[in-house]
Amino acid sequence: MRAQKPTPGDTNGGAEPPEAPEGTRAVLDGSEINRALTRIAHEVLERTKGGHRVTLLGIPSRGVPLAARLAERIERVENLAVPHGSLDITMYRDDLRTAPPRALGRTEIPAGGLDDRVVVLIDDVLFSGRTVRAALDALNDLGRPRAVQLAVLVDRGHRELPIRADYVGKNLPTSLRESVTVRLAETDGHDSVLLGPARPQRRTGAEGEES
Amino acid sequence: MRHLLSTGDLTRDEAVLILDTAAELAQVGDRSVKKLPTLRGRTVVNLFYEDSTRTRTSFEIAAKRLSADVVNFSAKGSSVSKGESLKDTALTLQAMGADGVVIRHGASGAAHRLAGWVDGSVLNAGDGTHEHPTQALLDAYTVRTRLGRLEGLRVAIVGDILHSRVARSNVLLLTTLGAHVTLVAPPTLLPVSVHTWPCEVSYDLDAVLPKTDVVMMLRVQAERMHASFFPSVREYSRGYGMDGARLDRMPRDAIVMHPGPMVRGMEISAEVADSPRCTVVEQVANGVSLRMAVLYLLLGGS
Amino acid sequence: MPDTHGPHLIRGARPLGGDPVDILLADGLIAEIGTGLTAPEGAEAVDGEGLVALPGLVDLHTHLREPGREDAETVETGSRSAAMGGYTAVHAMANTDPVADTAGVVEQVWRLGREAGYCDVRPVGAVTVGLAGRRLSEIGAMAKSAAAVRVFSDDGICVSDALLMRRALEYVKAFDGVVAQHAQEPRLTEGAQMNEGRVSDRLGLPGWPAVAEEAIIARDCLLAQHVGSRLHVCHVSTSGSVDIIRWAKARGCDVTAEVTPHHLLLTEELVENYDPIYKVNPPLRTDEDVRALREGLADGTIDVVATDHAPHPVEAKETEWSTAAMGMVGLETALAVVQRTMVDTGLLTWADVADRMSAAPARIGRVADHGRGLAVGEPANVVLYDPAAPYEADGAAMVTKSSNTPFRGMTLPGRVRATFLRGAPTVLAGEIK
Repeated sequence: MRAQKPTPGDTNGGAEPPEAPEGTRAVLDGSEINRALTRIAHEVLERTKGGHRVTLLGIPSRGVPLAARLAERIERVENLAVPHGSLDITMYRDDLRTAPPRALGRTEIPAGGLDDRVVVLIDDVLFSGRTVRAALDALNDLGRPRAVQLAVLVDRGHRELPIRADYVGKNLPTSLRESVTVRLAETDGHDSVLLGPARPQRRTGAEGEES
Repeated sequence: MRHLLSTGDLTRDEAVLILDTAAELAQVGDRSVKKLPTLRGRTVVNLFYEDSTRTRTSFEIAAKRLSADVVNFSAKGSSVSKGESLKDTALTLQAMGADGVVIRHGASGAAHRLAGWVDGSVLNAGDGTHEHPTQALLDAYTVRTRLGRLEGLRVAIVGDILHSRVARSNVLLLTTLGAHVTLVAPPTLLPVSVHTWPCEVSYDLDAVLPKTDVVMMLRVQAERMHASFFPSVREYSRGYGMDGARLDRMPRDAIVMHPGPMVRGMEISAEVADSPRCTVVEQVANGVSLRMAVLYLLLGGS
Repeated sequence: MPDTHGPHLIRGARPLGGDPVDILLADGLIAEIGTGLTAPEGAEAVDGEGLVALPGLVDLHTHLREPGREDAETVETGSRSAAMGGYTAVHAMANTDPVADTAGVVEQVWRLGREAGYCDVRPVGAVTVGLAGRRLSEIGAMAKSAAAVRVFSDDGICVSDALLMRRALEYVKAFDGVVAQHAQEPRLTEGAQMNEGRVSDRLGLPGWPAVAEEAIIARDCLLAQHVGSRLHVCHVSTSGSVDIIRWAKARGCDVTAEVTPHHLLLTEELVENYDPIYKVNPPLRTDEDVRALREGLADGTIDVVATDHAPHPVEAKETEWSTAAMGMVGLETALAVVQRTMVDTGLLTWADVADRMSAAPARIGRVADHGRGLAVGEPANVVLYDPAAPYEADGAAMVTKSSNTPFRGMTLPGRVRATFLRGAPTVLAGEIK
């Protein structure tokens, strides 16, 4: 199914990327994102010894298209259909009470469930680690994977929990006064990673969220 | 959203957010661990002045699936039917640190009053003949799940509109969500100002059914007969009861809803109640997800 | 109880809103009226500048609650509240516990009023025993008692039995009495909570339809005319009622009618937050009704403004709507509400106000020494009212024992500065004596 319908990622991030907004600069462009994902796909196959038990779960919102792209790449490389879905962590967040209630993202667990699978969680940016902590809690209620691994497009540092990524697209040293925004063709029309000044408040959903 | 007192207070966006949230939370019922940690450490009080095991249980399951601590405060009986007690009870719950109070009360407006006396969120689980917002929301959710949309659908609400809190909440909510509502009842069971409501009115069920996608049957209490709202149960059923022949007059994919408990033989025949086109059991199941959504949206944030 | 007193010389007040004059009150009478009066020995001067002088107000419809509900009001607290509102006479309704349906009870209330001394308390006698609507109470005994009852009413409950109403209308003729009817068809208002219409339908509260009032008024007017008796209609609240009374008067029926201040100002939309402070019987109606009531009062179809002062303890109102008590306090705000709704709107002059709030109610209630006008030799029942003293109404600040005012938080245009009962100040400088 994927073969007939090329994802925007295959065409170098869809439309020609617009200029980075005022005050921000692009740290990754479409083709760099593309190459990073391809590399991660290879690493997943290598680390999981062929990827036969792998299930990819993207964390909404931008982890979900990343999971789909990884699945597509693994299928292309190994001719192996990898189950992939999404895992919303909103109800497991530790900061729910600091903001008005958030709209929920989708959780779609691929048929066959998670028991005894090697689950690779995929998110766009790894920051404090709290999103991943919430995702691990959520997984706990959904089944008992054989192992859980983490893939992120950007690791910007500043961890607040003992969490690290197994697969990293790009390590990006940042200051806390900066923000990292991931844009993807599926959600934003084109691919890019932008570095800019910190936003006054943490955002939810609409734009690539750092957590 | 601080309280849920009336569906009339909901904007279209808020109503859609509740339905969308319920759709996500519906999955929790299918998991091995039917629980989310979201409301851990929050206390939800079920304050029920009227017997309603099904509604209370639905709220209780919903709150527990979100890990809230649930206290059932059954207040039925003559000693608390006096007004002083509602305020005193409110102050007691307040002192105990209730984050949310789900109230079912025989007096219209009781939930409004309670909201003025407590700091926590108040959820109206049915107040007199005023409103029953979560019932209307779960009805809307059920319609959307079955038929895929609400916008432009033709919904007939049939029965004792005058005394029905379900009808009031549904008229307001369905209109907000873009459905066309027709109320069908004998004139005695319609409010005098019904012509000012945002819906159509008909006395003739058979004329309405062929142009109806959803028919919501309301429970009709036989006692109404003694107050001369209609001459006899038989005459009521003939005019406004849902039976197999009437089901056949409706479009093929039209559905029949009922908030329960049904009075078979009065407003609905057994044949219709047991038909796959009748959503009554689905409505009960959807009630839990919908109430989880409301509890999350009221109590889950700051 | 107000102290013994000497003469009072009111300087520069405006009788019925006219030109400023001095008014000398001495020996319980209006002794002199004129400009530049000299104060007699020992006279206390009262600054009347800017104040409207009116004859002491007479309320045809007051609930003093004693005996039985002294937690809500007593004859003393209620008559103090009346004085504060400019009243020198009030009619105490019969729905006490025990009911004022015997000479003993009415004499007790009358005596309590005399002892308090703030205004003349005229007991109303019940039409039927225990307000039960089954048989006539001893109307003659009450009429001939020391209380000299002239107004009979089952207020709170309608004398709905047409035959019993006919008999009551006939029977009171022997004592120059009047039956004051609480017009409410009981079957049409079973469980009624508010005006029936758009708002009640939305709020899911059982409705109190206008027709339930109008049907009884029409019936009673026809009955009164048929038997040649006097009928008084309590708290008219609908536009249809005004039409019916206008029609009945035109065909010669001896009917009088009252309207409450709250029905002249407030409408049913206030119920929308379910706060029972707005719960009253008859209920608040619509804008259209308010307009018709004002017009009816202006053209004389409605004869008087009566407060239906109905005190209730806090707990009777801090409750869900359907269990809350019906009624509002009104003595202390009546004149200001009438100013706002009738005088400031140009519908009534101050002379008209004196008629609707003093002369007419005194005439209907056969209260001899009240409502007599401001003239030399008349009893010194006088109120001084400042029509330019806006303030925010607050039940807690009132003299009445209760605080259930629907005007709380509203700005009212003026206040009573002084009230004199037979020359004795019951209120002076805006303070109760």
